[in-house]
Amino acid sequence: MTRYVLRRLALLPPLLVGVSLLLFVLTHLVPADPAKLIAGEHAGPEQIEAVRHAFGLDRPLPEQYLVFLEKLGRGDLGVSMLTNSPVTADLEQYFPATIELAASAMLLTIVLGIPIGVVSAVRRGGTVDLAAQLLSLSGLPFPIFFFGILLQLVFVRWLGWFPLSGRLAVTAAAPPHITGLYVVDSLLTGRLGDLQSSLMHLALPSLTLALSSLAPTVRMTRSTMLESLSQDYMRTAWAKGLASVRVLLHHALRNALIPVITVLGLYTGGLLGGVFLVELIFTWPGVGLYSVNAITALDYPAIMGTSLLLTVVFVLVNLGVDLLYAVVDPRIRY
Amino acid sequence: MLSSTLASATSVRAGPGTSYLRRSFRLLGRIPAAWIGVAIVALLLLAALAGPAVAPQDPYHISAADKLRPPSPAHWFGTDDLGRDLLSRVLTGARISLAVSVVVLALAMTLGVGLGLIAGYWGGWADEALMRTTDVFLAFPRLVLAIVIAATLGAGLSNTVFAIALSWWPWYTRLVRGQILSLREMEYVQAAVSLGGGPRRILMRHLLPNVATTVVIQASIDIGFAILATASLSFIGLGAQPPTPEWGALIAQARSYMVDAWWYPTFPGLAIFFAVLGFNLLGNAIRDAFDPKLGSK
Repeated sequence: MTRYVLRRLALLPPLLVGVSLLLFVLTHLVPADPAKLIAGEHAGPEQIEAVRHAFGLDRPLPEQYLVFLEKLGRGDLGVSMLTNSPVTADLEQYFPATIELAASAMLLTIVLGIPIGVVSAVRRGGTVDLAAQLLSLSGLPFPIFFFGILLQLVFVRWLGWFPLSGRLAVTAAAPPHITGLYVVDSLLTGRLGDLQSSLMHLALPSLTLALSSLAPTVRMTRSTMLESLSQDYMRTAWAKGLASVRVLLHHALRNALIPVITVLGLYTGGLLGGVFLVELIFTWPGVGLYSVNAITALDYPAIMGTSLLLTVVFVLVNLGVDLLYAVVDPRIRY
Repeated sequence: MLSSTLASATSVRAGPGTSYLRRSFRLLGRIPAAWIGVAIVALLLLAALAGPAVAPQDPYHISAADKLRPPSPAHWFGTDDLGRDLLSRVLTGARISLAVSVVVLALAMTLGVGLGLIAGYWGGWADEALMRTTDVFLAFPRLVLAIVIAATLGAGLSNTVFAIALSWWPWYTRLVRGQILSLREMEYVQAAVSLGGGPRRILMRHLLPNVATTVVIQASIDIGFAILATASLSFIGLGAQPPTPEWGALIAQARSYMVDAWWYPTFPGLAIFFAVLGFNLLGNAIRDAFDPKLGSK
């Protein structure tokens, strides 16, 4: 197990070098001249040249990449051309909001998706099953940005149950910084008002982001549960007279979980990509919104930093998923 | 001469015969979801082909007096902030979305299948290099790579098409390579090789026709997601630019007016949903009916 983890971790640096190379090549093969953009509309040739020199844009490409890679090793992602501060500092500032959003969406996927899938398999053909089937059919093709807007329309504009955007009420100060996750921080410092407010702000973005992973999770849980329910060991478990909750959870669900975990890992990628859309709709101040702003300003270091960060997260999540298999199914050994 | 006749004889036997196709189509007809998919896709095709002709108004016609009108007999889907007829704009958008997704898939498939054939057939360092390259591409979360590429190329519909295709090809390369690895060991391929068939002939006549089914099945599922990805990129401002009535761009414009005009984001949104749903239903049904590995159910 340890050896497997180490081997997987050893593959990480070459992969990241590849990722950084791809990003570097992409951002340097483009027709747009970033130096012109930074220097501004009215800059003369000398000013543009000065900017180009200041950002190292006048050196040969391989040299620029080596410089970039060497800096990367030191955790230096360059300076954002838009905010004029180090990209690492920007990401540090915006990333907790994204973690809070993505983690809560994953949590929603699990706590809603798996029970719905289980109930829909156990009560096959019932009302829950019909609703679940409808959800798993329409969840994936539903554009999440449209879903977010519909939620805003119904729950914010018409019903007024939730706030429109942001992480906290405009008048409220952020809770003391411990983890950067407002929900956790306000809980730790006992500020219940902030806790309630941040949960209310989180609810709609999180549900929006969860939509595309919720549908496949429900579908997979349902189908593996149905398969697992028809196995011989289930008959044995019932025959032994075990309590039905124990039979369903310990015998059926546990054996049905492996493919569900695969699906969860797979759709984490979609979830991380969805961050751009959801953060834009709900003005959620995370790396997605930061990146969308960077895109329009052709702020390459910021775009590159954000993609690198999200890709690292994705790679680590995939590693975590592989390790989780062993926890859920002790038969799997690495 | 002898080698070529024998080689083509084996390829005929191994290729998907008419009985397979007929059986698969019969299976397809028995899947109810397939018919719903066919209906939606047919409507979409009709809208794409006849859209501008049947559209009640010019989708670009601005009329300040009619701005943000709710749905009515005159404007079934209402009007937008510039008084343009939303139904006409959504109809015109069908052509854009469909064309874009077809081009995305054509590009991704050409590149992906070509490289997959190379990797699977030649193996060795070419395979190693290509597979490590796909590793890098697939390390990115979905949509992130497309956003980065589109962002660096600059906003615009054609750049977006290129960006999505460039982030999708590795899936096809992996798919084709896996197939080729097992097909390469098949007797009819070995026979063709031993009869002196060149790599080009083996690839084009023996391997490509046999991976085609799998690729087409995958593409029929992906086409809906190509529509979705394009709309997503347009929504964050990368794809189609105003006044182009691309569905994602329409929703982006609608955001500022949704308080007063619920219909403005709703109809383009529903259009995307039904288009993607239609292709998904059809694609999944095609997979169920045509995938030989699943057998006849």
